[in-house]
Amino acid sequence: MNRFAELLDRLAYEPGRNNKLRLLTGYFREVGDPDRGYALAALTGALSFKHAKPALIRDLIAARTDEVLFGLSYDYVGDLSETVALMWPRRVPRNSESFSGHPSPPPSPARGEGAQRSARPTVSITTDSDPASDGRTTLTVPSPLAGEGRGEGYRGRDASDALHPSNHNNPPPPTLTDVVTTLRTLGKTELPKQLERWLDELDETGRWALLKLVTGALRIGISARLAKTAAAALGDKDPHEVELIWPGLSPPYLDLFAWLEGRGEKPVNRDPAPFRPVMLAHAIEDADFAALDPADYVAEWKWDGIRVQAVAGRDERGQITARLYSRTGEDITGSFPDLVPSLRLAGAIDGELLILREGRVQSFNVLQQRLNRKVVSPKLIKEFPIHLRAYDLLGDDANDLRELPFAERRERLETFIGKLDDPRIDLSPTVPFASWQALTAARADPASAGAGADADAVEGVMLKRRDAPYLPGRPKGPWWKWKRDPHIIDAVLMYAQRGHGKRSSYYSDYTFGVWTAGEAGDELVPVGKAYFGFTDEELLQIDRFVRRNTTEKFGPVRHVVHEGDKGLVLEVAFEGLQRSPRHKSGVAMRFPRISRLRWDKPPREADRLETLEKMLKADESLPTIKVAASADSH
Amino acid sequence: MTGSFGVAAPYMTPMRPQDILLPTADGLCCKPGNFHIDPVRPVERAVITHGHSDHARAGHGAVLATQETLDMMRLRYGENFAGSTQAIRYGEEIRLGDVRVTFHPAGHVLGSAQIAVTCKDTCIVASGDYKDAPDPTCTPFELVPCDVFITEATFGLPVFRHGDAADEVRKLLASVALFPERAHLVGAYSLGKAQRVIALLRQAGYEAPIYLHGAMEKITEYYQSRGINLGELKPVMGVKKAVLAGTITLAPPSATSDLWTRRFPDPVTAFASGWMRVRARARQRGIELPLVISDHADWDGLTATIAATGAGEIWVTHGQEDALVHWCKSQGLRAQPLDLVGYGDEEESETPLQDEAEA
Repeated sequence: MNRFAELLDRLAYEPGRNNKLRLLTGYFREVGDPDRGYALAALTGALSFKHAKPALIRDLIAARTDEVLFGLSYDYVGDLSETVALMWPRRVPRNSESFSGHPSPPPSPARGEGAQRSARPTVSITTDSDPASDGRTTLTVPSPLAGEGRGEGYRGRDASDALHPSNHNNPPPPTLTDVVTTLRTLGKTELPKQLERWLDELDETGRWALLKLVTGALRIGISARLAKTAAAALGDKDPHEVELIWPGLSPPYLDLFAWLEGRGEKPVNRDPAPFRPVMLAHAIEDADFAALDPADYVAEWKWDGIRVQAVAGRDERGQITARLYSRTGEDITGSFPDLVPSLRLAGAIDGELLILREGRVQSFNVLQQRLNRKVVSPKLIKEFPIHLRAYDLLGDDANDLRELPFAERRERLETFIGKLDDPRIDLSPTVPFASWQALTAARADPASAGAGADADAVEGVMLKRRDAPYLPGRPKGPWWKWKRDPHIIDAVLMYAQRGHGKRSSYYSDYTFGVWTAGEAGDELVPVGKAYFGFTDEELLQIDRFVRRNTTEKFGPVRHVVHEGDKGLVLEVAFEGLQRSPRHKSGVAMRFPRISRLRWDKPPREADRLETLEKMLKADESLPTIKVAASADSH
Repeated sequence: MTGSFGVAAPYMTPMRPQDILLPTADGLCCKPGNFHIDPVRPVERAVITHGHSDHARAGHGAVLATQETLDMMRLRYGENFAGSTQAIRYGEEIRLGDVRVTFHPAGHVLGSAQIAVTCKDTCIVASGDYKDAPDPTCTPFELVPCDVFITEATFGLPVFRHGDAADEVRKLLASVALFPERAHLVGAYSLGKAQRVIALLRQAGYEAPIYLHGAMEKITEYYQSRGINLGELKPVMGVKKAVLAGTITLAPPSATSDLWTRRFPDPVTAFASGWMRVRARARQRGIELPLVISDHADWDGLTATIAATGAGEIWVTHGQEDALVHWCKSQGLRAQPLDLVGYGDEEESETPLQDEAEA
């Protein structure tokens, strides 16, 4: 476990992709089976044990530490696992006991001109001391204290290992395999005791890695793709080969490593309906167009739904298995049983999940009501009829089409959808255009450019290169997304909160407001919160501003000066507005982010709530645009 | 004791600690002694704990400090940094107005002192910045029993446990051995930390020349002039890139992320600081090799020291006051944050950015 922890620790600090790969491949080479296999599983999110809830971790630390001290520490560190790993006290000996058995300092009357102090010769530093005296210090310190560097009755640092848990573990710390296999079979009630034992056995880095693992939140900047690439490098294989067989593999991947090390056959993917890694688009900037030729691209509407991969395949007995995957490869079939019967032709469709009522695409708001439901009731299915709008075909029966150019895949898709002939699955139309100008016009007015009544669910256009194969990841160039322009307002910074994780010492979450008429004249009312959109340099500037202009502090939140002539104006971009009775302002923004700092603008010139209300009215006839979590489905 | 002056005590009621030392906008003020401790603005009479610039500022009328602190102020601010100066040795007592003042080693940096102020039979120790961990470059921390202990709280959270600095230096040397083709650039505050890291490297048996950023040459020379053996040191300026492969260079933290680093072959960026205990802090700065080496007491050091002073009242300043105040109260001690204008908040925000807000 400590070796795996060490790897995670190094990875967490290593910025370079190539160095990360070197570290990972080095680990796979150095560490034997089955530990490395479980490490690969952990890094690719393939471990299947019930994750410990953060509440359990909190209970464990609460039993050993002071609640207030834990709260302050967590607020500072910004990460639960790290906080607990750093402040976890060993059971024996406890800090508070480390002074027992040592005489307390004498009470104050003994001090002043008392014997202890006057008996102490003057301590001075001289330049002519013998440099070889003890190899540690060349200072002459003619004090009885110098040897130990301590005052009387005071047990200090180097005399007290108990105060500072060393890195030596006793009893031996668990291996990664111990941890993973134990967690798999452990009953829920046994988990707390087991975790506690491990925390006692591991060092600080080991505790951190253990907690990351059991809470299922590694988040160390390693994608599953990178981990697989590193494994592939072990046997000089193309990572794509590993991707193709991956769905048929399971931890600890003994067959995979045997193949990579030339000791075994290439494993076969036996999953009849495997997930294929998704291809993603870059957001296009104005400057990008100059280098692009419209003739090279096909345009489609960018739908405001959920990106999915619908896969159907035949198992050994010739039965069709159908699965629906999210863009990260999560199996979401269970949430959409009503779509399964429509997936009866073997193939893999890339498309958008939408709600259609009377042939008309509903807004993302409507779709959202079907998501994250524990029970998919017949009523829900009836009220929110699911639909798949297809825009790519990755596999046709047993054929992998991903190497084919997009134009050819599109033809195959049209044939496939025609053959399927199912009311729940249709084709996402292409948007004809001859010039960027024409496409700009279509994007501005999808309704008259072919989207018709569905224009409300269009959030922009997609550009796909005709000759591009289907490449996993986000390659730059073949696919672009071109969203509609966001809304912009000027708002005033009101409150700032410390960020989490990487930003835990910066005030990086901002609540901003706009003016409205109050009882005592104009006042600011909060309309949203944003925590990104600014550059690192701007973050430093805002952080400094917040610290220098705090009027009150509430825990991690600072109340920042916001008056007519004092304060900071933020230009906020957002995708849409909704009425919200939960907010004092009555409106809620979607996907707000800081687009510019307006140091030049006095707060009194910031926007008013009326402006937002006007936008809201205009917006209610427009598509509502998806929330942050799914806003990047392309 | 007041009898030795032959003057009756001018106070009718028993001394309250805040009658002896009181935080003011200028800094910690001792009215009965007519001086300030580590004042943040120019004052008539300043008593200074150590040479870091947030404690030792230029422009006071008279300054009382250890010889080392006075020398460092002179190095930084020039000959005329104060109207007049007076050096005091550890353990030496001086009478200022109605109080007696003694200086005691704080173990923070060379010349750093805790200042014990005694009036009648009430003793307050303003410990400045201190650490109870071994440091080959300065006199070890001395415990001074007192009634009121003024403690820093830079690392006043239980997540800060600094461990053994020698282990961190071993980590650095292991990395140097692992990447002989790369330069190692160690960010370290130029007064104290840099010299301690060098001394620790020497203790660990590293004998090769260590390179220095120009900003730390003067102060390091001063350390050497005080008899601290730091081995062979070379200015990095003008050294060819290829020569720096496999070497260690110390630089102010701010320099390790600027254009200056381009003179090094594929540098590994390290930072020696107690802040490195928290990952986010290291990542924010783009540090690849965090070294948890601090010149401040860690949580265990703070709490152990507070308990051992025997003080019944604790004043907590610059850092994580809330947590330490809470801990003191849980131990049955009276405790409160000492809100000194010009310390806490400024230091926190400037720490990741500025060289002199050392940690």
